[in-house]
Amino acid sequence: MSRELLEGNFAMAEAAVRAGVEAYFGYPITPQTEVLEWMSHRMPELGRAFLQAESEVAAVNMVYGAACTGARVMSSSSSPGVSLMMEGLSYIAGTEVPCVLIDVVRGGPGLGNIAPSQGDYNQIVHGGGHGDYHPIVLAPASVQEAIDLTVLSFDLAEKYRAITILLADGSIGQMMEPAELPEMRPLRTSRPDWAVTGAEGRDPRFLSSIYLIPEQEEAANMRLVERQYQIARNEIRFKEYFLEDAEIVIVGFGTAGRVSLSAVRTARAEGIRVGLLRPISLNPFPSPQLTELSRQTQSMLVVEMNTGQMLDDVRLAVENHVPVEFYGRPGGMVPYPDEILNEIRRMAHQSIPLGGDPRLRWLQRLNLVKN
Amino acid sequence: MDTTVQTQTVYIRPSSLNDTPTHYCPGCTHGIAHRLVAEVLDEMGIREQTIGVAPVGCAVFAYNYFNFDFVEAAHGRAPAMATGIKRLLPNRFVFTYQGDGDLASIGMAEIMHAAGRGENISVVFLNNAIYGMTGGQMAPTSLPGQKTTSSPNGRDVEQHGFPLHMSEVLAKMEGSSYIVRRSLHDPKNIRQAKKAIRTAFEAQVRGLGFSMVELLSTCPTNWGVTPVEALHWLEEHMIPVYPLEDFKVSPELAGLKF
Repeated sequence: MSRELLEGNFAMAEAAVRAGVEAYFGYPITPQTEVLEWMSHRMPELGRAFLQAESEVAAVNMVYGAACTGARVMSSSSSPGVSLMMEGLSYIAGTEVPCVLIDVVRGGPGLGNIAPSQGDYNQIVHGGGHGDYHPIVLAPASVQEAIDLTVLSFDLAEKYRAITILLADGSIGQMMEPAELPEMRPLRTSRPDWAVTGAEGRDPRFLSSIYLIPEQEEAANMRLVERQYQIARNEIRFKEYFLEDAEIVIVGFGTAGRVSLSAVRTARAEGIRVGLLRPISLNPFPSPQLTELSRQTQSMLVVEMNTGQMLDDVRLAVENHVPVEFYGRPGGMVPYPDEILNEIRRMAHQSIPLGGDPRLRWLQRLNLVKN
Repeated sequence: MDTTVQTQTVYIRPSSLNDTPTHYCPGCTHGIAHRLVAEVLDEMGIREQTIGVAPVGCAVFAYNYFNFDFVEAAHGRAPAMATGIKRLLPNRFVFTYQGDGDLASIGMAEIMHAAGRGENISVVFLNNAIYGMTGGQMAPTSLPGQKTTSSPNGRDVEQHGFPLHMSEVLAKMEGSSYIVRRSLHDPKNIRQAKKAIRTAFEAQVRGLGFSMVELLSTCPTNWGVTPVEALHWLEEHMIPVYPLEDFKVSPELAGLKF
């Protein structure tokens, strides 16, 4: 394989094909429609299942049924469509069948716009559908990482019988950059021992999210939360940049993390000791790493393309050991490196209070909220 | 004189049915419908190839009664879930079992599009003109004037519109192969219902596309009548609104004899 100029949406779709996805169900929505379009010819040409559903509600329930057969299955959508999928995702989580979903996030709430955003962080990372469950969530910051994480998504989903969601903002989906696709994997021929395939020569199987007896539902909930901690032990992923001697640590994921890195490089050239921790797995969240960092550094800056959602998870992790600041561009806006650089310079020359509300201070700096 | 007694089995539990005490109310016709489905699957010899999709509603526990693979769908989504299964396992027999709230209200989009696609699945649709599981609220199939817990003065068509005739609507879809309505109120109609279920299932085995049997059913508990009165009420009030007809029969099925 060699590096090619690839668009993010196409790259994720083809990566899924090469990872052995056996069925794709989806519905058109900008800015992820290229995934659906690519699958519409690629899957049939390989003799695999493709269906454009009547809605995201139907698409996710088709995924649910297909996942019950033990096959590798997926869907993709963007924010408003993912909201419609929340019912099905909750059922899939409750039934403990694996599937992969790509959310190419756009500006919201409501119809919002079709520009890149990270406004779905809370909805995706902290559940979204009803009941107690946690999907595995991975956030790519480049087309190459989107490819690699798509492949990983299927392996993780199957390993933990969980939902894996690729949280890619619109710019990851739409931009083109050089990247390398993986080799085509052969399709899995075996089926797991829980799969519903017809009770030929064996006892019937039943897959459901129904536990009418509260004691049994409690046991199922406890099984899910236990698995969540097992996933946290094994699957935390992040990237560190210039952290060895960093006095200021930026925390940002996806495109916000990538733009922050540009700002960090410029600030380093100015002699400011600043580094970046870019979470790749948003669930499990790299909390232990952030806790450790908070004992070594002097302040932290959370950068997001929303009004401060991951911010809360960072604050929980640092346990008020260092001051935390926030900078965000919501609504489909992508920050320029200079905007983040200005924050870094300010933090390098100003003492930041411990505690308080970083989001409020951010709004006060913008003169949106009076003191 | 030869005194040997010849014995012949005339009635036995179908192997597609489990030995499970019923949770359905006295006089409810779900049990009859379950048995008919099981008998047909036995007769076709496809129990081990079958995957059932249960709905939300009184038949949410359908999987307890059937002795083959089953999944449990979200409310109204059974046709979408069945689609996902069938697309992955095209050689398996896949059917949904749905009530009128599930199929004709919250699941309207899923059933319409499954039929429109000619999805090669079968649907057993129980229409008892009321929401049973939640305690007798108005359904999209409730009759004009029918009293329910959410239409205490009777269904007012000015307020709540008219009953939905799902078989008539789905028969218009090019993708449907077999759409009929039958009733479970007496032995003659039950025998005809079984024949219709067999034909619908044969449509799928033959790859003819979407098939559905609507079965008029009773809900004595929520109708507030005795089981016997319920059978009469169905015959007198439901059949005039929901005629027992063949709305669509694919020519390939017309000559089948069982």
